Amino acid sequence: MKQRIVVVGNGMVGHKFIDNLVSHADAEKYHVITFSEEPRLAYDRVQLSKYFSGSTAEDLALTTSGYYDEKNVEFILKDKVVDIDFENKEVITASGRREAYDKLILATGSFPFVPPIAGNNGEHCLVYRTIEDLEAITYSAARSKVGVVVGGGLLGLEAAAALKASGLETHVVEFAPRLMAVQLDEGGGKLLRRKIEALGVKIHTQKATTEIVAGTEARYRMNFADGSHLETDMILFSAGIRPQDELARKCGIVMGERGGITIDNNCLTSAKDVYAIGECALWQNRIYGLVAPGYQMAKVAVSHITGGAEQFTGADMSTKLKLLGVDVASIGDAHGNTPGSLSYTYSNDVEEVYKRIIVSADNTKLLGAVLVGEVEAYGTLQQMCVNGMDLPDDPNCLILPSVDGAGMAMGVVALPDTAQICSCFDVTKGAICCAVQNGAGTMGDIKAITKASTGCGGCAVLTKQVMDAELIKLGVEVSNHICEHFPHSRHELADIVRIKKIKTFDELLDGHGHGLGCDICKPATASILAAFWNEYVLDEKHIGLQDTNDIFLGNMQKDGTYSIVPRVAGGEITPEKLIVLGQVAKEYKLYTKITGGQRIDLFGAQLHQLPAIWKVLVDAGFETGHAYGKSLRTVKSCVGSTWCRYGVLDSVSMAITLENRYKGVRAPHKIKFGVSGCTRECAEAQSKDFGVIATENGWNLFVCGNGGMRPRHADLFATGLDDATLIKYIDRVMMFYIRTGDRLQRTSVWLENLEGGLAYLKKVVIEDKLSIAEELEAQMQYNIDQYQCEWKTTIENPERLKRFKHFINSDERDDNLAYVAERGQVRPAFKSERESRIELVELAD
Amino acid sequence: MSEKMWISVCEYQDLLPDTGLCALVNKQQIALFNSRRLNEVFAVSNFDPIGEANVLSRGIIGSIGDEVVVASPLYKQHFNLRTGECLEKPEHTIPVYPVRVEDGLVQVQI
Repeated sequence: MKQRIVVVGNGMVGHKFIDNLVSHADAEKYHVITFSEEPRLAYDRVQLSKYFSGSTAEDLALTTSGYYDEKNVEFILKDKVVDIDFENKEVITASGRREAYDKLILATGSFPFVPPIAGNNGEHCLVYRTIEDLEAITYSAARSKVGVVVGGGLLGLEAAAALKASGLETHVVEFAPRLMAVQLDEGGGKLLRRKIEALGVKIHTQKATTEIVAGTEARYRMNFADGSHLETDMILFSAGIRPQDELARKCGIVMGERGGITIDNNCLTSAKDVYAIGECALWQNRIYGLVAPGYQMAKVAVSHITGGAEQFTGADMSTKLKLLGVDVASIGDAHGNTPGSLSYTYSNDVEEVYKRIIVSADNTKLLGAVLVGEVEAYGTLQQMCVNGMDLPDDPNCLILPSVDGAGMAMGVVALPDTAQICSCFDVTKGAICCAVQNGAGTMGDIKAITKASTGCGGCAVLTKQVMDAELIKLGVEVSNHICEHFPHSRHELADIVRIKKIKTFDELLDGHGHGLGCDICKPATASILAAFWNEYVLDEKHIGLQDTNDIFLGNMQKDGTYSIVPRVAGGEITPEKLIVLGQVAKEYKLYTKITGGQRIDLFGAQLHQLPAIWKVLVDAGFETGHAYGKSLRTVKSCVGSTWCRYGVLDSVSMAITLENRYKGVRAPHKIKFGVSGCTRECAEAQSKDFGVIATENGWNLFVCGNGGMRPRHADLFATGLDDATLIKYIDRVMMFYIRTGDRLQRTSVWLENLEGGLAYLKKVVIEDKLSIAEELEAQMQYNIDQYQCEWKTTIENPERLKRFKHFINSDERDDNLAYVAERGQVRPAFKSERESRIELVELAD
Repeated sequence: MSEKMWISVCEYQDLLPDTGLCALVNKQQIALFNSRRLNEVFAVSNFDPIGEANVLSRGIIGSIGDEVVVASPLYKQHFNLRTGECLEKPEHTIPVYPVRVEDGLVQVQI
C-alpha cells in the first residue's frame, strides 16, 4: 500500500517538493496528490516580469501535465482545499471532494498585501503575483496612460518594470525613505533611485497614501498624508507579502503572532504528519520570502518523509537581481546590524557604481554587502560570507576596481566542497568538481550534468570559475588553441585576421603559426578570411584551405560523388524553375530529395558533371545554395499573411529578404533561419540559429536555437521590431558570433558558453556596451557587398574548371561507382549488392 | 631487371599549390599533391581504404608533428604522404609512388 502524500498548493515550492519526491530512489512507495486553486500547474514566479517581454505562460511553466501523468502525480486544479479532518486524515475542498492523506504538505504560499486604504478596490487597482494578475495588468495597461506602483521593494520595482514595458508613464510610491529598504543601505538605495529615475520612472519616497478617489485628469487620484497627491489610471499594490495561512489557522494549527505556520527544523507543524514549506511557513519567527529557502524546505520535508536526516536551519537571504536593467545585490547583514561591525565603502558617481562591505569588529570576516550598478563580486562575496571564510589581508580589494584586470578571482579554490554554488538547483562546488573529474570540460557540459546555472543564471561566472579551477587542478591544460600549428583560439585568430587585415593563410602562418597547417586550421582560416573579406574561395590563394565540400562547391557523398543544392530563397520557387531542376535530375540520373530547409537536393553528380549541371542551373536563374559551406544555409518560412488565414505579417517576403541578405556569409558553423508569419510558428523558427516570428506589434527575434544533435529552444532576444531594427540586430549578433565563436561551434553552444549569456549578448547588441555595434554592422555590410555566386564565377573561368574532372589525364570516370535502382531512382549499391553482382544502373555521362 | 619507367601525368602548373589531383596510370588511380612550403610533390594511391572511395586527392594536406599528411575528405583520417601509413588506424597503409617534376611535367613511377 502506497503512502498518500497530499500537497496543498502547486506553486514553485509545492512543485519542488513533488519533483524531489518523485525523483527519490523510493519514489514508488508514494502516491502524490496535489491541489491548486490556480487554473494551471506550477510556473516560475521569479521570472514573472518576462511575461511583459514576450514570454508566455507556457514559457514560464515549471512542469507539464504530461510530466505529472508520467510520474503518476494526481493533480486537481481550480479546487481549493478549505478544511482538514485530522481525525480521519482527510482534506476537504471547496467542491466537497475528500482525499485521504498519510502525510500532508501545506505549500500554500503567500498573497500580496494590499494596504487598508480607502478606495483600494477599484477596477484598475491590481496586484502582481499570478499569471491571472498579469493578464489583468495587461488589460488595464492597454486602457491607461499613467500607472503607479505602491511599494518600492524588490517586487514593486519588478512591477514598475512591467508597467514601463507596457508603455505607461510609471511612478513608484514608497512609504520608507528609500527604495529596497530591506536589502539596501542608504547609499545603495540612493544610487538605485538615481539610475531608475534616469530610465524615466518617477520615484516618490516617504509617501503614505491616505485615500484613493476619482481623479480629474486621470482615472484615480491618490492623496498622501503630507498633503500632496498624484493622479493615475491604474494602481499596482506591491507592498509586501503575507503568508497564505488561512487554512492552517482555521484548523487550529499553531501560528506565529503575525501569521505564518510555525514549523520546526523538519518543517513539521504542530499537527501530526502535517508539514508546511515555502512562504506560508514560519521558522523561528521568520518568513522567508525568497524561492531558494522554500526549495530548501521542500528538500527537508522530502528527506523527513523518506527517512533522511536533513534539517532546515535557516537560509541565506542574499539576493542578486536586475531591476529595470539595474544590477543590484544584497548579501548577509547588509545594514551592519551586527554589534561592532565595520564597513568599507566604494562609491563612484561617474560610473554609477556603489559597493559596501560589512566586516566583523576584528576585521577578519565578511558579514554582508550591498552592491549597486556592478555586481560581479557577488558570487565571491556571498560564498565568503556564507562559508565564514577569512577576509583577504586588504579587504579593499573586494570592492575597489581592479587595476590590472586580475580582480578578485581568488576564492573558489578556498571554497569548501559543500559550498552551494547554484541556489536554484542546489548544486554544490563538490558536484561541479565531480562533473569535471568525470570529463565535463565546458559550461555546456556542466549545465547538462549538474543543472548548475540553468535557473536564474546568477551563478554562471562562479560556476565557470569553479570548473576552470578544477580543470587546472586536474592538470587538464585548459588550452583553447585551435590546433598544433597556432597557439591561438579561433576567436583570437579571427581578431588577428581582422585587426591586422590579413588576407591569406600563408601570411597568418608566417606571422603567427608554424608547420604546414592542417585540416583543422586551414578550413577555419578559410572561414575567417571569407567572413571578413569574402573573396572567391577557389582563388589560388585560398583553394588549398577549403574543406571537402567547399573545394568543389558541392556536398561530397559517401562514394565521392556530390549532391547539388541550388538556393531556393525562403522556400519559394516558380514552376519554371522546378521544371528545370526536374530536367537536370532526369538528364544526369540524379537522386532527388526535398531537404529540411525547403530546397531540393540532387544527389550522385560526378565531379566532371558539376560544371555542366551548374551551367544549366545558372542560366535558369539559380544561384549556389552554399549547402556545402559553414555559412548561411536556408531561411525556412511559412506562407504568412499573403495566403494564410492566420498570417499576421508577410513571412515569405521577410525570409527572402533575409536569405538574400546573408546568403554565402561564412561563419564558425552553418547558420539556419526560420521566419513564421504568426505565433503558430509553422516555420519552426525557434529551433533555428535565428528565428523570426510575426506578432501584431512587429517581429519577435529569437536567437541561438538548434535542432539536430543537441536540440535547443531559441531564446527570445527582442520583441516588436520593425524590419530595419530586426535586420540591424541580426547583423550584429551574427557578426559577433563570427568574431567570437569557436571552430565548428553552433550558435546554441556559443551562447551557452558566452560569459554573461543572453543578458550579455543583449547588452552588446542592443545597448552597445562594447561600442562595436556600428563596426559589426559595417563589417556585415562589407561582406554582403562582396557577395558573388561562386558557381557563376567558376563556370565562367575555364582555368578553374580544369580541376573538375576525376582524372587530370583522362576522360574516364571513377570505375568504383556503382548504383542500383530503388523506388524509381538511383542509390549507391551496398557492398553486399556489389558482391552479389546485382544489376547496376548505367550512369549518365 | 628493367628499370621502372617515369610516366608523365600532367603539367606541374595544373597542380595548384597545396592542392591535389588524381591521375590514371596503368589503370591505377594516383593522388598527386603539391606542397608549396616544402616545394615538394607527393604521389599516393587515391583510394581511401576506410571510406572505401577514390577521393584522397581531394583532401587537405598539412603536417601533424613532423609528418606530412593528407586528411581524407570523407572521415578525416590522416595518411602519411611519405610512408602511406594511416595515423589513426595504422593497420591501414596506402601505396606511395616515386614522383618528380621534369621539364614542367609531373612524372610518377609505377
